[in-house]
Amino acid sequence: MLSFFSKPRIRGGVHAEERKAATATQPIIHNFPLPEKLYIPLQQHVGKPAEPLIRVGDKVLKGQLLAYSQGMISAPVHAPSSGIILDVNDYPAPHPSALPIRMIVLETDGKDKWIEPPIVADPFQLTPEDISLRVGAAGIVGLGGATFPTAVKLNMGRENHIDMLIINGAECEPYLSCDDRLMQERAGQIIDGVRLMLHGMETESAVVAIEDNKPQAYLAMQTAASLYPHIKVIQIPTRYPMGWDRQLIRYVTGKEVPVGCRSSEIGVTIHNVGTAYATHKAIRYGQPLVSRVITVSGGAVARPMNVEVPIGTLISELFNFCEVNSGQTARIIMGGPMMGDSLPHTGLPTVKATSGILALTVNELKSTDEQPCIRCASCVSVCPAGLRPLDMANNIRINQLDVAVDIGLKDCISCGCCSYICPSNIPLVQYFKYASGEVAARQQAQHKSEQTKRLIDARNARMERIARQQLEEEQARIAAKKERERLKAEQEALA
Amino acid sequence: MITHMKPSSGAHVGAKASVSHIMWQVILAIAPATAFGILCFGWPALNLFIITVSSAVFFEVFCLRLSGRVAKPVIMDGSALLTGWLLAMTLPPWAPWWIGVVGSGLAIILGKQVYGGLGQNLFNPAMLARVALLISFPIEMTTWPNVSPLFFPDSPGLFESWHITFAGLENPDATTGATTLGFIKTEFSQGHLLPEILKDYSGFLNFIGWTRGSLGETSTLLLALGGIWLIRQGIIQWHIPVSLLLTVTLLATVFHVMDAQHYVSPFLHLNSGAMMCVAFFIATDYVTSPNTPAGQLLFGAGCGLLIFVIRTWGAYPEGAGFAVLLMNASTPLIDHYIRPRIYGRDRKGKPLEIPKS
Repeated sequence: MLSFFSKPRIRGGVHAEERKAATATQPIIHNFPLPEKLYIPLQQHVGKPAEPLIRVGDKVLKGQLLAYSQGMISAPVHAPSSGIILDVNDYPAPHPSALPIRMIVLETDGKDKWIEPPIVADPFQLTPEDISLRVGAAGIVGLGGATFPTAVKLNMGRENHIDMLIINGAECEPYLSCDDRLMQERAGQIIDGVRLMLHGMETESAVVAIEDNKPQAYLAMQTAASLYPHIKVIQIPTRYPMGWDRQLIRYVTGKEVPVGCRSSEIGVTIHNVGTAYATHKAIRYGQPLVSRVITVSGGAVARPMNVEVPIGTLISELFNFCEVNSGQTARIIMGGPMMGDSLPHTGLPTVKATSGILALTVNELKSTDEQPCIRCASCVSVCPAGLRPLDMANNIRINQLDVAVDIGLKDCISCGCCSYICPSNIPLVQYFKYASGEVAARQQAQHKSEQTKRLIDARNARMERIARQQLEEEQARIAAKKERERLKAEQEALA
Repeated sequence: MITHMKPSSGAHVGAKASVSHIMWQVILAIAPATAFGILCFGWPALNLFIITVSSAVFFEVFCLRLSGRVAKPVIMDGSALLTGWLLAMTLPPWAPWWIGVVGSGLAIILGKQVYGGLGQNLFNPAMLARVALLISFPIEMTTWPNVSPLFFPDSPGLFESWHITFAGLENPDATTGATTLGFIKTEFSQGHLLPEILKDYSGFLNFIGWTRGSLGETSTLLLALGGIWLIRQGIIQWHIPVSLLLTVTLLATVFHVMDAQHYVSPFLHLNSGAMMCVAFFIATDYVTSPNTPAGQLLFGAGCGLLIFVIRTWGAYPEGAGFAVLLMNASTPLIDHYIRPRIYGRDRKGKPLEIPKS
């Protein structure tokens, strides 16, 4: 049973202005016009990119496998609609850099025709391993944003004999409401997905945790779960970052995941509600992950909404549909405003991880007028990981990255609470991301120089050895020559 | 039109707080006590206040110019104004003009800008200046005028007040006296005991601030209200004031119970001198206090202990300035040793053990 009596702890966190009402009160829009072209990145998950198995010019059906997963941690990619493969090439990635990555370009034919899906009469007759296999084959990844392949997580849960599955319905990021709407409208399907996940992990009980600012989602989910006593739906306090898996695990179970461990090692696995829904569709209807619900919101959006779009839809098409005022848009963000990335332009596709696209006006953004740190320690009190962002930033500023690592740089989860609260508008998370990248680059450089040094040492040793051998051979030759000459002289003397 | 590209990392939205907002909230919290002080001590106090604050701003501009920075935005953050204001509050109300100017110079130049400006200083600038003044100019810094409110016939008029501020006090004995703590100290040295010393002491007048003392430090009531308001506004945390006041109260109670003839009551301790001002507005200075709650508790307790020790056994009747400076010096040490526990790690930074179940 749950130990609700041991005092659940929430550490740090902020209560950001929610701004969810614009989208949370309207039903999910389904009539998004099918884009003419879809840009499907081969890497939409943690791990190795998928390997394409189609060729340019191939005709594909919706749900057809386009690229297969390779390696232990990877996920396949499927056609989000029916049509013809136009190109397999590098296109700008939905990333702040917009650097090109490999994508499949699909020209849709407008028919949106599904491939014949394999029908399963009773999925609970399937073996747990089979559930994992099907989830993996459907290309399902963690839809909360982490995009870790779900099948791998199911396997880890089964192998570690976990005793609890937590379903993350916190949706703590401001603006976003796609999970909220999904829970309100498709609670039954989500609960079915949860049951399938439990079956796949051979786990007894599940807890669905929903922030208490979503009472309707909570009601819907509770009603849907009322038939299944082993699935509990609970409300949790609204406080960003409640949806951070480790915060949620501590709140629900009272246990803390040790650094360097996966949560399954302490008997808990956590999945997002969207992932549970995708699992339901994959197992019950054999439908792979080819579309998702995305929140489009922000001050520059005339028609903010939750809309279901095929994966690979360009943001520009989404913005046209939602009537985004490009003149007012000061920044485009993929994801939520706390952890999301700002994008340089709209010619980038949505991916499996895209929970929201925001077009924010200047007034909504945090001021960038940076001032000196006054050591107010707000960042220390809001940090859910227990770090001291101000000390880390100070050390990074003077390029003492080792010290920053020593005091916890690698434990930073980039949740953005410190940047959010800082009265001096110091971009703390930017510092930490820079430093993490720089530390990795330096380690790589050091590794490289060590390798180079090793090679040089080996070469020097080899050259020395060769020189020595040559010298020895030379001496031997000279000695032999002398010997010959001596013998010759002796013979001549005898003659 | 994407006008705001950098930085690309979150958080893209933020809390509506800024450095100047914080400074102005603090100024708002100390304004009533200051106004009351000026009311109590008349025009000379107002002169000194204006001189101290404006010279603090002047020195800030001077230093910024010297380092080639644009002064206006830095001045607008209000930190120099606040430093000057706090310093003015701790000065004897009728101190001559040069005390204010020298004090502000010490606070801004030596206390703050030589370290690199806002956020870099080790010591609280106002306290540093006050202590330096007290040691350098003991006469001027311990000449306490009687309460002589504005617009009262016996109080100095406008013209007379300029004379006091710019030429000095002509006949100090007639218009000045000792503060409660100073009086107790001198009476002790003559062998008197507390019940006799305190027969004219009025707790109520001291509580509202109708007593001799520093310009803005006399009113326990207004300072405490301002401080509590600041805590409610979320500008300062409760840890330092509470642990500081609690430590003093505890120590004073213990000693007072043991020997009521020689040790003043905790009430008198809390009710006099710089106690409230220091507890709520000086010791809570972000820059010079620790940045974890546990560290702040320790810091507050240390300040309280030192204040009590200096007041009771030290040579100065008022120990707050010294106590704060000493604890400021130990802040980096406290921050080094008292750190929050990182998630998933133990206090020493090692990963937690996987619980066996």
